[in-house]
Amino acid sequence: MDFGAINPTVLAASLMVASTPILLAAIGELVVEKSGVLNLGVEGMMITGAIVGFAIAVETGSPALGFLTAMAGGAALSLIFGVLTQVLMSNQVATGLALTLFGLGFSALIGQGYVGVKPPALAKPDLGLLADIPVLGRVLFSHDLIVYLSLALVVAVWAFLRFTRAGLILRAVGENHDAAHALGYKVVRIRLAAIAFGGACAGLGGAYLSLMRVPQWTEGMTAGAGWIALAIVVFASWRAGRVLLGAYLFGGVAVLQLNLQAAGVAVPVELLSASPYLVTIIVLVIISADRGRAALNAPASLGRVFHASS
Amino acid sequence: MNRRTLLASAAFALGLAGAAAAQDPVKVGFVYVGPIGDGGWTYEHDKGRLAVEAHFGDAVETVYQESVPEGADAERVMTQMALSGADLIFATSFGFMDPVINVAQKFPDVKFEHATGYKRADNVSTYSARFYEGRAVQGLIAGHMTESNIIGYIASYPIPEVVRGINSAFIHARQVNPDVQFKVIWAYTWFDPAKEADAATALIEQGADVILQHTDSTAPQAAAERAGNVYTFGQASDMIEYAPKPRISSIIDNWAPYYIERVQAVIDGTWESEDTWDGIAPGMVGIGEITDAVPAEVKAEAEALIAAMASGEYHPFTGPLNRQDGTPWLAEGEVADDGTLLGMNFYVEGLTGAVPQ
Repeated sequence: MDFGAINPTVLAASLMVASTPILLAAIGELVVEKSGVLNLGVEGMMITGAIVGFAIAVETGSPALGFLTAMAGGAALSLIFGVLTQVLMSNQVATGLALTLFGLGFSALIGQGYVGVKPPALAKPDLGLLADIPVLGRVLFSHDLIVYLSLALVVAVWAFLRFTRAGLILRAVGENHDAAHALGYKVVRIRLAAIAFGGACAGLGGAYLSLMRVPQWTEGMTAGAGWIALAIVVFASWRAGRVLLGAYLFGGVAVLQLNLQAAGVAVPVELLSASPYLVTIIVLVIISADRGRAALNAPASLGRVFHASS
Repeated sequence: MNRRTLLASAAFALGLAGAAAAQDPVKVGFVYVGPIGDGGWTYEHDKGRLAVEAHFGDAVETVYQESVPEGADAERVMTQMALSGADLIFATSFGFMDPVINVAQKFPDVKFEHATGYKRADNVSTYSARFYEGRAVQGLIAGHMTESNIIGYIASYPIPEVVRGINSAFIHARQVNPDVQFKVIWAYTWFDPAKEADAATALIEQGADVILQHTDSTAPQAAAERAGNVYTFGQASDMIEYAPKPRISSIIDNWAPYYIERVQAVIDGTWESEDTWDGIAPGMVGIGEITDAVPAEVKAEAEALIAAMASGEYHPFTGPLNRQDGTPWLAEGEVADDGTLLGMNFYVEGLTGAVPQ
């Protein structure tokens, strides 16, 4: 057994890159679910963001514009879901699944002309001296802007939900939409805003995949990342900090198992391949072992249809 | 209409379809494991389908279904194709093997062709290409090109076809460079660009400077390009957009001649269950352009190897060869028989790690 070939510093840096798409999608979905909406269309919004961002970045030569369009694209798609479920009061689970199917097909259609095209690269910020610090410099200060943005977003969402009035209102809508409505809050409007935010985050995560992490367009390239993001929100028991933990844990184990294989560690490969999912399940079990608290954390109105008359 | 009359009329319609088949265009179905846009495996099968359409024109109608999971879904897709009047169905992934056999039993009049499998029936043929001949060329070039003497290999599933490729590449890399080591990652997927990119990155971070892949997307090519001084080979398709570096050559699957031949056999009524395993000689396995990043003498050596395999004077699995544990497999000058190759589940001597069982 030889762990010597694995450089922990490099591994930690790869882990952050590998986890960022899931982290972005999951933090967006957290806000959506906190407002009481279950959007299962994360995968569809991610892949739409991936192709929209990719196409715009290639056409304009500007990755920044690509990321912005990806957010707009993800948000636009999520608003289809928003209108259907909030205004027309369709079933959230079925509509979310439909959104995923639609996104996969739609992205394949737009993507026809972009197979094998190389996207322009987003310049990394030069952090000068910071990046030269041994170990820490490579792990923390050698990334692209989106990685830092995703971390900032986690902090922002945490602070928003915990300390701001708007965050409190959002949580109120998610906990009891009838009471929130009685207090005069615009439940549907607040939820639509949350859904659009979730869509934008998922779109950004998808674009990170197609523009930075892989970087290229191939049909179906998200390969289930959206579903992992959904699972991580539950795993995190709807807390921003734990979303970060969950996403890095999943991304970390996924990268680690590949490194262990390459290093020739004598652990059965099937076990290594399954390990990200196994670890996720185990931690999920541990976290939710305290039944009462886990149940308390789920927004009470999650997935329920709201109508002002009811 | 109640259910009974619906069923009766459906049966009647099916009977009509059967009777009319003689005049109707021959309907050919294709079942793909990935999306056509993967730029690799499925892309080449679809090129074969398009060649069939171009060759036969109105005499043939083709239908296809992409991204079909290996398992029960595949059975459903093929049943649907058979019910809608397909005369010949190509199932283009190893994992479709049992579904093909199951569906073929239910539709004895429909002909099935299963790629890379080994189970046949009266109406099920199998076909595959001797990709290991292409792997031999890759191994030779990789052995010359590596400076770190570490070659990374992104493998998909531990099935004989993949194990054969690893062995063939390794044998020929060792022939030209006795110090070479292989690091193998089993990705357990045919197509997952993000995972393939991560696997390539992990290999590069551990010192590999040549990456071979047996997965279908071009993601490892992109990862290698980003890393700089790393060489790759196109898999299944030419992947020429990554030439001249990192992609320095490729294995191209050319299914078109075979598909045209088999459709013709159905039209002529001469189709029979067969097992086809063709290599470089008939053109089923093509070697993509070896780019200028490869030194001229290495290129010449690779071309000589291709010529020797095409003429049949050299077989990539020629003794003396030992198994990984050191027990003799092939004696001096002995050539591996197809049966052993088709069921290959062991590494040759020198490879580290184990084939997952």
